[in-house]
Amino acid sequence: MNLSEMIDAYGLTVFAPPADGTVEAAFGYASDLLSDVIANAGKDCVWVTMQTHTNILAVASLKDVGAIVIVSDHKPADETIATARQKGICLLGTGMPAFEICGKLYAAGIKAAEG
Amino acid sequence: MNDTNGTQMHLEYPVQGGDFSSAGGASSRIKNVLKRLGIEYETIKRIAIASYESEMNIVAYAATGKLLVDIVPGEISITAVDIGPGIPDIEQALQEGFSTATPLIREMGFGAGLGLPNMKKAADEMVVESTVGIGTTVKMKFRLT
Repeated sequence: MNLSEMIDAYGLTVFAPPADGTVEAAFGYASDLLSDVIANAGKDCVWVTMQTHTNILAVASLKDVGAIVIVSDHKPADETIATARQKGICLLGTGMPAFEICGKLYAAGIKAAEG
Repeated sequence: MNDTNGTQMHLEYPVQGGDFSSAGGASSRIKNVLKRLGIEYETIKRIAIASYESEMNIVAYAATGKLLVDIVPGEISITAVDIGPGIPDIEQALQEGFSTATPLIREMGFGAGLGLPNMKKAADEMVVESTVGIGTTVKMKFRLT
């Protein structure tokens, strides 16, 4: 499943679109601790989190994360959205809590991230 | 390719204590330089982890600081120098889970006591020097094969 298909399949809110929707969403990582994510999230992975502040973008960009999915209807700040769009970092949202979206993505074949 | 083709370079990036909004900027610039030099992805990834944690430590704890990058054939060094409170017990600070972070820092997803341990794991060598009331210097080396 690529990022565009993932967005459609789970009705994800697109705060900032992927630079390339055809990038394969092969791996996922779920964490709200940025030190955990910077150490363990892998290239092109889907990062599921509740964090919404702009620092998530630096982490995503440094680890070449494919998409950030913000859960439980938390909304990123306008500044976070603007920076994500400017830098081409895919920023998505869902009303589902983390456990639920992770379960759906895992069932769809997206496996645990390889750091 | 994982060498610098004989390139030697010294770069400095200032980091402002307390400035969470532009935090990560120095690490991003370092990563872009390494990409342009054609350093292999595994090494860039290790340096990205170490430089980001170093930068966040300066932002979260110090008054001001900088990241120094030294590129020589076969090796890249990242040195984080700050003017700040210093670390009274370095052994303790290196333990996973130990943190002196404020609740505000923790709410943002930092301060889990993973920073220095992550840096140590990412680097081939790491030396921490600190003087309480003066500041901290962390020097990390990354060997290129």
